Amino acid sequence: MEANISPAPPSVFAGGAPRRRLISNALADSCFALLARGSAFLTFALLLCIMGALVLGAWPAIEHFGLGFLTHNAWDPVREDFGGLVMIVGTLMTSVIALVIAVPISFGIALFLTELSPIWLKRPLGTAVELLAAVPSIVYGMWGLMTFGPVLGRYVQQPMQSLLGDLPVFGALVSGPPVGIGILSAGIILSIMIIPFIASVMRDVFEVTPPLLKESAYGLGATTWEVVWKVVLPYTKSGVLGGVMLGLGRALGETMAVTFVIGNVSQLNSLSFFEAANSITSALANEFAEAAPGLHQASLMYLGLTLFLITFTVLIISRLLLLRLQKYEGSGT
Amino acid sequence: MKTSALSGANANTSTPVAKMSVRALNFYYGKFHALKNISLDIPEHCVTAFIGPSGCGKSTLLRTFNRMFELYPDQRAEGEILLDGENLLTSKQDVALIRARIGMVFQKPTPFPMSIFDNIAFGVKLFEPLSGIDLEERVEWALKRAALWDEVKDKLAQSGASLSGGQQQRLCIARGIAIRPEILLLDEPCSALDPISTARVEELISELKKEYTVVIVTHNMQQAARCSDYTAYMYLGDLMEFGATEQMFLKPSRRETEDYITGRFG
Repeated sequence: MEANISPAPPSVFAGGAPRRRLISNALADSCFALLARGSAFLTFALLLCIMGALVLGAWPAIEHFGLGFLTHNAWDPVREDFGGLVMIVGTLMTSVIALVIAVPISFGIALFLTELSPIWLKRPLGTAVELLAAVPSIVYGMWGLMTFGPVLGRYVQQPMQSLLGDLPVFGALVSGPPVGIGILSAGIILSIMIIPFIASVMRDVFEVTPPLLKESAYGLGATTWEVVWKVVLPYTKSGVLGGVMLGLGRALGETMAVTFVIGNVSQLNSLSFFEAANSITSALANEFAEAAPGLHQASLMYLGLTLFLITFTVLIISRLLLLRLQKYEGSGT
Repeated sequence: MKTSALSGANANTSTPVAKMSVRALNFYYGKFHALKNISLDIPEHCVTAFIGPSGCGKSTLLRTFNRMFELYPDQRAEGEILLDGENLLTSKQDVALIRARIGMVFQKPTPFPMSIFDNIAFGVKLFEPLSGIDLEERVEWALKRAALWDEVKDKLAQSGASLSGGQQQRLCIARGIAIRPEILLLDEPCSALDPISTARVEELISELKKEYTVVIVTHNMQQAARCSDYTAYMYLGDLMEFGATEQMFLKPSRRETEDYITGRFG
């Protein structure tokens, strides 16, 4: 057996000297560390700068209106009476509607793509869903205004008005001119826009679930639905929640499409889902160019700051939710 | 004879009844022919071990028994797998029902992302409307059978993932027997376990055969010798030899089997 081993080349025995690197890269190492650290801190610094600039710009309004700005229902540039309630409510309502529609649909898409779809359909369908994200938001806005809104007004709102119009609360929910512009259209357009984000994140995390885990559940006689709902979803919950938050962040911040279809009327008097309203982003988009420096502009900055804080809060809430979920699952370690 | 069924069983076991019969089973991964014309009988209330070198098809064979391969579109099986006389492969029965009759434990522990209690209760609740005390009793029973109860009885609400590897594997076994299957398939259940956990699982296996029919795939020859009644030796998709474990290990009828068992090959 040993006879097969060829003699070692002389160089193997050559070194008696201690081992050392041929190229000294201590300098390169520290440069690299510095760059990496710099990039990380740059993000942090930028965040602080943006926040600072917003507070600075909004300061006159903060001083003048205080926190009451957030609950004050008025937007009157002539009398310089500003309050953000309408826009805040509009932003939250459209985003909630978008999530309520988009999350179940995205779950369905992800479930179909990972568990049910025949192989030949997976790729085209997955690509199609991702392509939804490639459509520019202004195109969604135009489509919503020209095509989707009128259809919604004519074939949804009008029938609902004739059905529910005389009832006390439900009638109010569907009142308004049937032009298809308002909170509901904005929410639906937003949901279409965020579906690709949520669905592709869900699909990706479903796909990395260990096959053995799924097989274990199938092996106990679980159906596809039970496997996904009770095993895959809990296993991937942080990823799924991340995807939902990504969608929510997008929905809260979306400007162009919402501006097209929300109607841009600062009112909060009607309960109707079909009534024109306003959102933070569309108010900013519409008014910022014309706003006179002073209280008007500061109030718009205040609105922007509010949006920033809302997104921030959403992020924090999602973290807390995740912690709670983990506790519920019982993983102490 | 390639497929000596139960005829070779030694005299001191009474003639066992076949719980499951495999007839002319062929299996394909896409174009690859992974199981070639396998026929054998799995005797009831016995432990049957599948041994053979890696890639010989023993796990594949196990995965055909509960139609697990159907989750993957490019895999297919031809032939017959008779469970109490009914061909599982062409059965009109709901595949979930079939799988509930045939429990399976995998190489690596796969606790579900839920509490220890729910890990066991999950499968039970799929088919039996148990709740409250009944469900608790069932969970306790299964955990006791899997020799895990004493270690976890005070922390049933904790996550299954918080247990050690050996405990997790016994949790998976408990989960498998909680649904009271007729057959229990074990796919190298000890490959990720330390020797002490392995010994406990092996004890468990010989306990389990009183109530279940057990089929175990193992890489470990001693394990097959220790805890099985029948052994099948497979090589490259063929069933080389099948018979009573004692006979297989003492005087195998084929040279290849002897070489593998004695470690001259493999």
